[in-house]
Amino acid sequence: MLKKVLFMLWCALLSMPFMGIKGGAYLFLGICACYAVFVLLSLVFGKIGKPSIPVNTGLLTLLLMPAAVAFPFIARDYYTDVAILAGIYIILALGVNIVIGFSGLLHLGFAAFYGIGAYSNALLTTNFGLGFWSALPATLIITSTAGLLLAFPALRLRGDYLAIVTLGFGEIIRLVLNNWDSVTKGPNGISNIPSPVVFGFEMTSLTSYYYLVLSFVLLAAFVVKRVYHSRTGRAWLSIREDETAAEAMGINTRKYKFMALTFGAFWAGLAGALFASKMHFVSPESFTFMESVFVVCMIILGGLGSIPGVLLGSLILVLLPEMLRDFQLYRMLALGVGLVLMMIFRPEGLIKKGAGVRGQGAA
Amino acid sequence: MLLQQIINGLTVGGVYALIALGYTLVYGILELINFAHGEIYMIGAYLGIIFLGIFTASGLTQYSLFLSLFLTFIMSVIVCSAYGFTVEKLAYKPLRNAPRLNPLISAIGVSIFLQNYVMLTQGATDKVFPHVLPVTTVKFLDVTMTSLQIFIIIASILLMAGLHVFIMKTKTGKAMRAVAQDKVMASLMGINIDRIISVTFIIGSGLAAVAGLMVAMYYGLVNYSIGYIAGIKAFTAAVLGGIGSIPGAMIGGFVLGLIESLGASYLSSEYKDAYAFIVLIVILLIKPTGLLGKSEGQKP
Repeated sequence: MLKKVLFMLWCALLSMPFMGIKGGAYLFLGICACYAVFVLLSLVFGKIGKPSIPVNTGLLTLLLMPAAVAFPFIARDYYTDVAILAGIYIILALGVNIVIGFSGLLHLGFAAFYGIGAYSNALLTTNFGLGFWSALPATLIITSTAGLLLAFPALRLRGDYLAIVTLGFGEIIRLVLNNWDSVTKGPNGISNIPSPVVFGFEMTSLTSYYYLVLSFVLLAAFVVKRVYHSRTGRAWLSIREDETAAEAMGINTRKYKFMALTFGAFWAGLAGALFASKMHFVSPESFTFMESVFVVCMIILGGLGSIPGVLLGSLILVLLPEMLRDFQLYRMLALGVGLVLMMIFRPEGLIKKGAGVRGQGAA
Repeated sequence: MLLQQIINGLTVGGVYALIALGYTLVYGILELINFAHGEIYMIGAYLGIIFLGIFTASGLTQYSLFLSLFLTFIMSVIVCSAYGFTVEKLAYKPLRNAPRLNPLISAIGVSIFLQNYVMLTQGATDKVFPHVLPVTTVKFLDVTMTSLQIFIIIASILLMAGLHVFIMKTKTGKAMRAVAQDKVMASLMGINIDRIISVTFIIGSGLAAVAGLMVAMYYGLVNYSIGYIAGIKAFTAAVLGGIGSIPGAMIGGFVLGLIESLGASYLSSEYKDAYAFIVLIVILLIKPTGLLGKSEGQKP
């Protein structure tokens, strides 16, 4: 106990050059209060990290679907807008989850594919007069190809090296978007991206766009779930758990890693295209390293490798900052602390991956 | 022109090398890419400005500039090392036996936290390093060097040499090498692993603080976001030289500084930041062990 208090005092002392003597003192009291609350809570609720929420996904989907469908009619426009953004992030996070959650390849440059998707859509629609739907296949092919191309160098590496190379790739793409003025218009970005048209009906209203995104989310969740429960999904899981053992079992790990990266990039491209036509504007600022980290946070918060976890994590991380507008300055601070605490106390995320591969408890 | 760019490259390279040493030391022992190391360097730069501000306000700088700068260096290194030490204890130590993804993500969390912590307490705008240094320029052939550039190059080389001697000759240095080779065996031989890891973080953070201070003096401006890009570049330098190898980190830093400075002047300055990444990717593909890395193959 004394040791802990001394440690808090030490932290407060360290902060004094930055926060001043008074600030450091307040910080000390603040940490002490937080710690007291933590101790009290863990006394009341037992040890933190033990409870895992049992999720019956089928039942949950059944309950939540009507709410999701009726959402634009009960919520204000502002919340519909936020929900659309959340939907786009869910699609992106599903893609990232394939790579990081299923296959265990720590990819830190996903914003690049998101950006490539958004810019492909923007350039195809504004320069060639294509509509959203006619540009979509090309967009998806371009992003998947980008994923495939990155896979060639990236998959010769493992673990941390892979993380750094993908991070570098993400930065290179952002720098190219930022500096290739003749095509991407540099930091100014591309504006006047048209809305999608469905059956001759232009989806300019929030409500209609919400349904478009919702249907894509459902499609993505369904497809990813099916693939997850297929032979491919099991191969990905085995690579995550133990690559050497997977190879010994006759799994072509290289092939499946290629598939994971390409498939992940595919969904990121879709999310990018939706983002571009929602905002009607893209600029390199939306595709920074922080964006990649943000998405990784979503899937970690929800629970690596769990599809309901991805949905929950994305919703929380998009909605929470919107609800806490007044504390906007502190949200990144909290995100950082949250990541560390999450790794220490609950590395498996909010939703423990229980369902796993059909017939087996997942590892 | 060429010679001038080489001098500029060496100056920046010395800074990269100092930061790269922190990565290499930690990676050698924990096999962890300490993402927060760039942030520690940024904190070092801020601490320099803060302490020099305090000394100037108290009249010490006017009394003796040398003493004031010396104390600024000492204080920044001490406090910055304390930051490195604390980060390790809080965010990495509990995860020492976790899967390798977890400490990496924890490190990213620390990096985000420190960045925003400095932004909130010191403001988002650039901080100016007080203009206290008399700048003299030396002309040699047709190259102009500022006294600061000479200082940075010499100081970084001296520090690296000192570190090399420390690692090779002292008992603690020997213990660090032992832990890097085999943690279990080292602990069986009576080496206190926790202590060695703490020492590693303290040394790495101290070097990063010096690098931060020198950059703050060299450019005169500091921003809370400088840590990320400098961290990535220094990591590139460490990989370039062979991660885990101390002379490698030094050479990698200087080579990267040269590549950047020459690339910016002869190719395109817009893509200056991209060179480091391109070098990194090429190195990892052609020779993942780096220039001086051991040929034991890539660590899984």
